[in-house]
Amino acid sequence: MRTLLLSLSLALLLAAPLGYAQENAPDVLVKNITMEVIGIVKQDKDIQAGNSKKISGLVEQKILPHFNFTRMTALAMGPNWRKATPEQQQALVNEFRTLLVRTYSTALSAYRNQVIEVKPLRAKPDDADVMVRSEVKQSGTEPVTLDYSMEKTPNGWKVYDVAVGGVSLVTTYRDAFANEVRNVGVDGLIKALAEKNRQLETKRS
Amino acid sequence: MRTWKRYAAALAMVATLAGCATTATNPNDPLEPFNRAMFQFNEGLDNVLLKPAGEAYRAAIPDLVRTGVTNFFSNIEDLWIGANNLLQGKVEEGLTDFMRVLVNTFFGFTVLDIASDAGMTKHGEDFGQTLGRWGVGSGPYLVLPIFGPSTFRDGVGLAVDFRADPVVQVDHVPTRNTLYTGRVVSDRANLLDASRILEEAALDKYIFVRDSYLQRRRSLIYDGNPPREALTANDESRR
Repeated sequence: MRTLLLSLSLALLLAAPLGYAQENAPDVLVKNITMEVIGIVKQDKDIQAGNSKKISGLVEQKILPHFNFTRMTALAMGPNWRKATPEQQQALVNEFRTLLVRTYSTALSAYRNQVIEVKPLRAKPDDADVMVRSEVKQSGTEPVTLDYSMEKTPNGWKVYDVAVGGVSLVTTYRDAFANEVRNVGVDGLIKALAEKNRQLETKRS
Repeated sequence: MRTWKRYAAALAMVATLAGCATTATNPNDPLEPFNRAMFQFNEGLDNVLLKPAGEAYRAAIPDLVRTGVTNFFSNIEDLWIGANNLLQGKVEEGLTDFMRVLVNTFFGFTVLDIASDAGMTKHGEDFGQTLGRWGVGSGPYLVLPIFGPSTFRDGVGLAVDFRADPVVQVDHVPTRNTLYTGRVVSDRANLLDASRILEEAALDKYIFVRDSYLQRRRSLIYDGNPPREALTANDESRR
């Protein structure tokens, strides 16, 4: 009996770190969030009807905590990032974040019955920078890939880029940002982003 | 063959026209001024014609029927997709495409995509991708009238795709025109959500569409697994 108890507790001890590691694996994280969010969208008639307040709430609460917006903004800015003052950097991150939340919300409200399949991660256990691949499947069309670039941080795995059908969000914004900075400077870019967000806000309400 | 030549001539003309352009900033887009003008033209066309048609179609026709229409055109194009997979040496994919046509035509009555449900994944191939696979570089970005974003290579590919399009082979003119229109409207309706997202997300829509297109094509040529580009090479937050 004692040996049984002992081996049981030993097994538990051994299993605990394993379970912990698995729970925190980036692909498992993506899978869990995807399933949770889709579960909510499927049950919520308001979200399906396009209730933007509810959708943004969902995005803010469930998805955003797993994104590293500072890194995303820095990558989209490229070499111009270092030319921006800390205040400008903060303003850029805030505006870019607002814009991406809006975009993500719109994308989510367009969700119907597509099946999303998260692929098992192909990476070494000690990799701190990985790409989690997933696929959105729909009748009559080629599946669309949805890939998350993620990095390991003290606060867990964070997404720093999303690629839809091979189109990276960060890369796509890079040229537009560079163009804006070249023409009207960093402040001009901040203003343009803020203006864009304001327009979308008024259009929505 | 004649269309092909006309196409090449048009491309050459475009190249000469754009030769005078100087304000371009993206190395992949030396023809930016010309392309921007063409983009504006297409946007106008879309706003007055295609988008309203797509919206009306989506509002009037039930979900189920629209899916049927999408599947119908998808089934037609699977033949050419299969041929392109074979041309690229992807025999298994090519045979899957032909199997898809058989299954969807005979058991899906051309409007159900039961092949996908049975695990035969739909592919998206065209001759531009085949050329890319063969090692042909994309050449400069090129916005075509009506057809939209393209490159020199994909423009040539499109001309070949056009020749191989089963709808073009239909002799009965009213039927052919109905099929053309139906396909365009159905395609546009399927893109309504995407174009709304694009509208919201883009700072400069032209740049957004261009950069998305070029990345998308690159990804397609590698069938969704392009060599990972090191974003971090340019990562100023890490220095």
